[in-house]
Amino acid sequence: MSFVTVQNIFQTYGRRSIIERVNMEADEGEFVSIVGASGCGKSTFLRLLLAQERPTRGEIRIAGAEPAREPGLDRGIVFQRYSVFPHMTVRENIVAGESFRSPWGRFFGAARTEAQTRADETLTRIGLDHVADQYPATLSGGMQQRLAIGQALTAKPRVLLLDEPFGALDPGTRLSMHDFLQDLRAETGMTVFMVTHDLEEAFKLGDRVLVFDKPRWDPHDPNLYGATITYDFDARDGGIPFQTIKEDTHVLHPA
Amino acid sequence: MRLINIKPSRPLAVFLMLLPFAAVVVAYAIGSEIRLAANPSDKLLPAPSTVWDTAVRLITEADRRSGRILFWHDTWASLQRLALGIGISAFIGLVFGLAIGLLPLMRSFLAQFVAVLSMIPPLALLPILFIVFGLGELSKVVLIVVGTLPFLIRDLSQRVIEVPQEMIVKAQTLGASSWVIALRVALPQLMPRLILAVRLSLGPAWLFLIAAEAIASDLGLGYRIFLVRRYLAMDVILTYVIWITLLAFLIDWALRWLSRRFFPWAEEGL
Repeated sequence: MSFVTVQNIFQTYGRRSIIERVNMEADEGEFVSIVGASGCGKSTFLRLLLAQERPTRGEIRIAGAEPAREPGLDRGIVFQRYSVFPHMTVRENIVAGESFRSPWGRFFGAARTEAQTRADETLTRIGLDHVADQYPATLSGGMQQRLAIGQALTAKPRVLLLDEPFGALDPGTRLSMHDFLQDLRAETGMTVFMVTHDLEEAFKLGDRVLVFDKPRWDPHDPNLYGATITYDFDARDGGIPFQTIKEDTHVLHPA
Repeated sequence: MRLINIKPSRPLAVFLMLLPFAAVVVAYAIGSEIRLAANPSDKLLPAPSTVWDTAVRLITEADRRSGRILFWHDTWASLQRLALGIGISAFIGLVFGLAIGLLPLMRSFLAQFVAVLSMIPPLALLPILFIVFGLGELSKVVLIVVGTLPFLIRDLSQRVIEVPQEMIVKAQTLGASSWVIALRVALPQLMPRLILAVRLSLGPAWLFLIAAEAIASDLGLGYRIFLVRRYLAMDVILTYVIWITLLAFLIDWALRWLSRRFFPWAEEGL
């Protein structure tokens, strides 16, 4: 049984078919990049994974649980924008990752102090400890996204979803964010789905690259058919497939 | 150089700012001068010095019959009504704005109803309020609430809807309940908007206050103005009008300061 199971998903808005016949499975700890042209249902697929929307047909299960009906603690998300709370300081944003599930959304007394200490550790790890008391608006785009990822990870989700997280960043910042994300992943080993427009980024970070496209096209009614996964690349080993030997017996293993 | 690119220097900006104020004062002084030259006992445009003397008398001298300085009692009574009315309005507006903005169920239930309610001219309801709530303080406060509440609810619920959906979803992925989202995400972002909305409703609130006081009251700034109107006491009326303007300006300024002080993250747009 794989960790994330997507079974025969269809999503239509009225008569507009967005995605159709999407099947995929992902193992725990896998990094799946999702690419495709604009309007090809990548973000819709991510919203379905997030359970922000429910599919017209089919179901998505994480770790064999019942299909979710609304976003919850098991799925973390980082959007391209608006992923942090502008009215909280950087430290409060991290604490929110733990405290929002409590009845009042905040900690009191000793729990509060402990959460703040933990938040400061997280901030040191993601390199934002020097701006802990500032508001996100004073941070650069890259720092805001680092904060958003740190905040999402504080809630310890089972799956982390990234919707074009580095889309609005300049190339240099983007590269350092790649390193940051790879380090975090090596530490936590979590399952990640990332939608991106940047093919290079998709292959560099992902273990797999899914391509969304419309295989069928009706020239009289372009909205009739939706997009689906047309390619599923193995992106490990620098994008050269079949480099990992899966057999244990009867094969020669390189030393 | 294009007109849109010409920016005044600091001294020029201050000069331009003061110019219309000075122009009004000068125009009034000239008009008053002309009328008083023709008829020294003219009451319509009293000389600025007369207005000043009246103002000093109103502010410092007690009323002969009651022994109270009516000016300050009028101010206190009016400000009390205004604060109570706006305060109640802001609180109810906040609660309903949050509910309508966040909960689709409440939106279906109340949004259209509030939209229709806001079309009722509040002053048309004034006789009903006087009949139902009597001529005391209650009907005046209720008029201010009735007059400003629909706008506040509509404005605040719209602001809640404008909170980026991403933030609401993000809060859900952090495990927040509807209650926590309202309390920790929507409410704090709504507070500076509330102050802005209250600043915008202060104009109508003064209007309703003075209207209610003019019709039935025995104390208050609006009452005094409409009382002395009978004696054509323009010097008193002008003093009160200037005082009301000053009060309104100070309240607006204080609210803006409050917003800057407590919601520094919402700096833009205030």
